[in-house]
Amino acid sequence: MKVGTAVSRDVPPEQVKASLRPDAQAGAVPVELARKHDVLVIGGGNAALCAAISARRSGASVLVLEAAPKFYRGGNTRHTRNMRCAHDTATEILTGPYTEEEFWEDLLRVTGGQTDEELARFMIRESKEILNWIVEQGVRWQPSLGGTLSLGRTNSFFLGGGRAMLNALYRTAEDLGVDILYDAEVVDLDIQDRQFRSATVAYGGQRHNVHASALVAAAGGFEANIEWLKQYWGDVAENFLIRGTPYNRGSVLKMLLDKGVQQIGDPTQCHAVAIDARAPKFDGGIITRLDCVVFGIVVNKNAERFYDEGEDIWPKRYAIWGRLVAAQPDQIAYIIFDGPSLEMFMPSLYPPVKADSIRELAGKLGLDPQALETTVETFNEAVRPGTFDHTILDDCRTEGLNPPKTHWARRIETAPFYAYPVRPGITFTYLGTRVNKEARMLMADGSPSANMFAAGEIMAGNVLGKGYAAGIGMTIGSVFGRIAGREAANNARN
Amino acid sequence: MHATDALKEADRLMTVCNSCRYCEGLCAVFPAMEMRRAFSDGDLNYLANLCHSCGACYTDCQFSPPHEFNVNVPQTLAKVRNDSYKFYVWPQALAPLFERNGLAISLIAALSVGIFFFGLMAINDPAVMFGVQTGPGAFYRIMSHNAMAGVFGAAFFYAIAALIMGFRLFWRDIGETRETLTNGVSVWQAMKDTMALRYLDGGGPGCFNEDERPNDRRRLYHHLTFYGFFLCLGATSTATLYHYLLGLQAPYPWYDLPVVLGTLGGIGLVVGPAGLMWAKFKRDPALRDENGRGMEMAFTAMLFLVSLTGLLLLVLRATPAMGTMLALHMGFVFGFFITMPYSKFVHGIYRFGALVRYAKERRALHEPTPSKAKALAIPDAKAGA
Repeated sequence: MKVGTAVSRDVPPEQVKASLRPDAQAGAVPVELARKHDVLVIGGGNAALCAAISARRSGASVLVLEAAPKFYRGGNTRHTRNMRCAHDTATEILTGPYTEEEFWEDLLRVTGGQTDEELARFMIRESKEILNWIVEQGVRWQPSLGGTLSLGRTNSFFLGGGRAMLNALYRTAEDLGVDILYDAEVVDLDIQDRQFRSATVAYGGQRHNVHASALVAAAGGFEANIEWLKQYWGDVAENFLIRGTPYNRGSVLKMLLDKGVQQIGDPTQCHAVAIDARAPKFDGGIITRLDCVVFGIVVNKNAERFYDEGEDIWPKRYAIWGRLVAAQPDQIAYIIFDGPSLEMFMPSLYPPVKADSIRELAGKLGLDPQALETTVETFNEAVRPGTFDHTILDDCRTEGLNPPKTHWARRIETAPFYAYPVRPGITFTYLGTRVNKEARMLMADGSPSANMFAAGEIMAGNVLGKGYAAGIGMTIGSVFGRIAGREAANNARN
Repeated sequence: MHATDALKEADRLMTVCNSCRYCEGLCAVFPAMEMRRAFSDGDLNYLANLCHSCGACYTDCQFSPPHEFNVNVPQTLAKVRNDSYKFYVWPQALAPLFERNGLAISLIAALSVGIFFFGLMAINDPAVMFGVQTGPGAFYRIMSHNAMAGVFGAAFFYAIAALIMGFRLFWRDIGETRETLTNGVSVWQAMKDTMALRYLDGGGPGCFNEDERPNDRRRLYHHLTFYGFFLCLGATSTATLYHYLLGLQAPYPWYDLPVVLGTLGGIGLVVGPAGLMWAKFKRDPALRDENGRGMEMAFTAMLFLVSLTGLLLLVLRATPAMGTMLALHMGFVFGFFITMPYSKFVHGIYRFGALVRYAKERRALHEPTPSKAKALAIPDAKAGA
């Protein structure tokens, strides 16, 4: 088991998947790059495609440049599953109303007020129309499955998941005549006097100058750029696992900020959850997540507990553990639980490490057996009797233990014993470009750009300063993508 | 632990898919998977036969190749499914027929046609065999009605018996009981799902065949084949009733019920298989079990030839070619009958069984029972991101 040794190199994406690039043969360029398009969209995810479709439907000629190869197109959209939209009544797919006000309150809560209220309320209002608009672009919603989804009222689920949604948007864009290039990385932007003039694109081993009347930047954040993460985290970032593709490197974001676009969002912040330490360095996606912290205890490499495993209910507990593990030595931790808990949570990709005693489990994990035994014994002695119910904040807790486990505390005593090794898994970053309600970028001095727009994760920090609510990333992408495309098309025409 | 590499791979994939579940709206396979944590060979054979091979989960999957998780559910389940036909065959001694099924079926069909043709030539005076025969009992001058009924009845009932024996093996191996099959609600649900090919639509947008566009016509072709087959069966049954109850001897005029049913069915059974063969020819190799190709083609070609010779017999029945066409048609029909338990025909039997079981499981899941939460394995972690 390779738990102790995380991949520590920051592997450039071009080396990771160099062999998987059928579209990148030098020579034939399927799109006429010398031709000036009305709108250039950089990126290839939900926001980029919504922008491209919306610009094309507004009459503009559109070129989409996606840095990833075709299979990996779409950045984090590949791994999403649902979208949070406001609606006043229940629908075929949504079990009840979710008003603008309730959406706003949820957003206010998760961000702790770090949001632009005017922009956020505007987005929430627009999200109502997106429910139908996105269907008109070929995306299908999944009917609520027997009311079993806890997000069945607030979130709409894509039939077949995020990649199915993305495939539908690409088919629509292609049918509308949007030009799309894969393996086309933008390496430079010519921006003068608040105005985008041209982009330099590396494609098929050559550099091309691409001109367009307006720009939509929808190229995501920098979560896959370990070097950049290290600026804020230090060498700790070497041990981070990246949940999405290796192509989310933030190079377009960096160029824009370097060339005078106003920055928004905390650059040191990222959304991090605890994922299985055996996951690949990149693109492990949803199936490596572990949501079993509440069923046991979490220890670090010294076999010591370090945080209250019973602090809060999903989803909050889900989102804090990435950061907690990042603060532990070597950025690794182990969730320890016993037999009766095994089937109480969603299965995940890798099987848990299994042993007949705590001592043997410690050996398999490379932990000090004596230390782990002591930790478990101390914990067991502190557990008070209660009625276990993992769906509420129950009364099972420890007494006289530091840190305590305030809910769901049960003795770990029934063999076999299990463990999952976990590391921080980075989902996305918050740093972005400032925009207004037209999705138009604002320059450092606060003045609006002449012809530059942004949508999706690259500007998510405008409404989501910190925290997360399931499906909100896709709302930001679709709402602002649609607006950015329309406005860019209008801008190009004038 | 698993009998074959394909089953081992299917087990791996179901573990991957069970920790994702994004595809649960596409078909019956994924909801059935979610009701399980561990997958025995029987479970996997059940899931494989539940899969209609629509291809949507491959196109929609973020982990399909070239991703290192290498998730290809349609291909893997196609392999497991094709192996399962061999695994449950009765008698077991005939399992090798599934090894090179395309060749086996072709040889049996050729042999059957040859025996009928040369056998009838040997029995009959050439003037009868190659002469013009008309009026009631025309066919029976080539081969007596009793001989026909005897030969085809025996072949048909053997096939039915062998299919039942195979199905019993399958049903027991996946862990099912007789009670499930006698539950009218489950059986009726499975019949509706079969007749509509409910799960051959990618969850709504359609199936995938040659590329990422859900513009597959296999459902239409399959409907033509399926309903064509039953119309032909109806034609034969009404003709039998005509013969024994009404004392009316074939051939019947073109507007009479057996001929109308047979003609409509025959057209469906020519166009449908032709379309299916064309679709299979164009199918993305990534979605296909390469080893199952011969079996699919042989079975579909057999259906095509049965109906084509049947239609030709109708058109040419008043000409000297009638004897030849009758021999060819009977040769293909006989070949079809005796290979039913050893050809892709069995897919319909096992899939129907799988649909009955799924109907039962689904109902159990939606009834408010304490086991429901357990069966769903904690639904609240479905949020993604």
